[in-house]
Amino acid sequence: MAGTSELDVAYVARLARINLTEDEAKIFQKQLDDVLKYVEKLRQVDVTGVDAAAHTLPVFNVFREDAPRDWFTAKQALSNAPRQANSLFVVPKVVE
Amino acid sequence: MTGNELAALSIADLQSLLRRREVSPREVIDALRERIEAVDPEIGAYLSLDIDAATKEAEHANVDLPLGGIPIAIKDIINMMGQPCTCASKILHGYRAPYDATVIEKLRAAGAIPFGKTNLDEFAMGSSTENSALKSTRNPWDLSRVPGGSSGGSAAAVAADQAFGALGSDTGGSIRQPAALCGVVGLKPTYGRVSRFGLVAFASSLDQIGPVTKTVRDAALIMNAVAGRDPQDSTSLNTPVPDYVASLGNDLRGVRLGVPKEYMIEGIDPQVRAAIDAAVKQFNSLGAEIVEVSLPSTEYAVAVYYIIATAEASANLARFDGVRYGYRAENPKDVLDLYGRTREEGFGPEVKRRIILGTYVLSSGYYDAYYLRAQKVRELIRRDFASVFEKVDALISPTSPVAAFKFGERVADPLQMYLADIFTIAANLAGICGISVPCGFAQLDGHRLPIGLQLLGKPLDEARILQIAHAYEQSTDWHKARPSIASTLPKV
Repeated sequence: MAGTSELDVAYVARLARINLTEDEAKIFQKQLDDVLKYVEKLRQVDVTGVDAAAHTLPVFNVFREDAPRDWFTAKQALSNAPRQANSLFVVPKVVE
Repeated sequence: MTGNELAALSIADLQSLLRRREVSPREVIDALRERIEAVDPEIGAYLSLDIDAATKEAEHANVDLPLGGIPIAIKDIINMMGQPCTCASKILHGYRAPYDATVIEKLRAAGAIPFGKTNLDEFAMGSSTENSALKSTRNPWDLSRVPGGSSGGSAAAVAADQAFGALGSDTGGSIRQPAALCGVVGLKPTYGRVSRFGLVAFASSLDQIGPVTKTVRDAALIMNAVAGRDPQDSTSLNTPVPDYVASLGNDLRGVRLGVPKEYMIEGIDPQVRAAIDAAVKQFNSLGAEIVEVSLPSTEYAVAVYYIIATAEASANLARFDGVRYGYRAENPKDVLDLYGRTREEGFGPEVKRRIILGTYVLSSGYYDAYYLRAQKVRELIRRDFASVFEKVDALISPTSPVAAFKFGERVADPLQMYLADIFTIAANLAGICGISVPCGFAQLDGHRLPIGLQLLGKPLDEARILQIAHAYEQSTDWHKARPSIASTLPKV
């Protein structure tokens, strides 16, 4: 589905693992085309020689002892699982 | 004292009563519960309330601790062991938190009673709380208007005296903007000042937890309890936490306040502008020096934000796939069908839109044009602030260009909704701290609607902006005004 930007909502939704109805894809296409048109203004900015800021405050390494500590038991970790068996999460077959 | 009068107290006043043993923590919980039962059917601030757990905690509360026996409401995106944490999304249906967020542990260590989970825009994505998949929250000043967002439940609960104080989270203004629209105080701390361990992540380079309160002093009290280094959040800063309450005072002599000329734009409601102009005069009369300053990259902030925040959200929300917790689509035919349908049925439209946009700006062929460029412009925005903070102690602006808007007014046009955050998002991009305090009222359709003043401060300079906000607050009566819902409902 072509909009005014290069974004193809139906294709990107598949990448993001979100099923969309055709109607939803059509509405999102229009709305996100508008947003992408708005962010075009960033092209006007001269960013020559500017470092990309992934963080705004000084970045530092954080170390801790590589030692075991108490954390969830298997039972706690599975306490919210929609489906489980034998202390494991159940998912549809992944490998044919 | 009636239950309503008790519920209307600030944290500081409640603390004095508790310490003098004039009221017990149990009586406080009872009064609050009655208030919530009377008011919340109108307001809709809470998603869940565990009265029994709070009552039990109240029985053992130590009122001599800094927040001893004081109930604090929690935005329902912060994990509290044994309680739901819905993020106002269907995708977390049935989830119960198996652990406590660090802020919950810290509140308890200070004697507070975390009580009640408040409504929000789904996964904190929104500026009106209309994106909650679970319920509507109304503005206590005018029930036909939104409370702002995304921490709309926290702000509405505090404004309607259904909470003494609350925690919210702020990724682009989600504490400050609803605080402004509901007439209460909201503080976004510096990035790294408060641990996010146990906060469901939206945009990890922007998210911070902070207080929503009736007064500036109360915000300082909560900050004293929750700020500080946490080994469980490697982005939390290992910098000593000052006593935020001790730094409060009324003298602003020698303080330099900047008014960014780019923030006084067209599109600000004239009544908001008039209130800010009056506040600037008030600061001046309190002894502060007012300086015009420039933040030249301001006009790019919203664009940068909606690239970076959505990119990070698309990665963070990948974890909701129907396997480990929450909602799962029925009878999936294979694993891709499980993911695709779980996320189709579990997420609301705004969350889907943002995940799609974020996936797109990170995708091969578009990464440099969108994400990388946005990060570079983000650096320019950060430098703007670093440079003006060499000249001034804090910046003044409106928190929101408009007072509370009507339900439905902006939902059809996401871009218009995004522009509601125009004055707040730069602080998240630059990592600095900001606070919103009440500074007047707009008159609209016969209703008085609160206006918020924003003060932005240097990194880790929360004590300074709290001090400036407190001096202003104490020289005005705005924070004493209550919405009429507080008096018209039947006495409990």
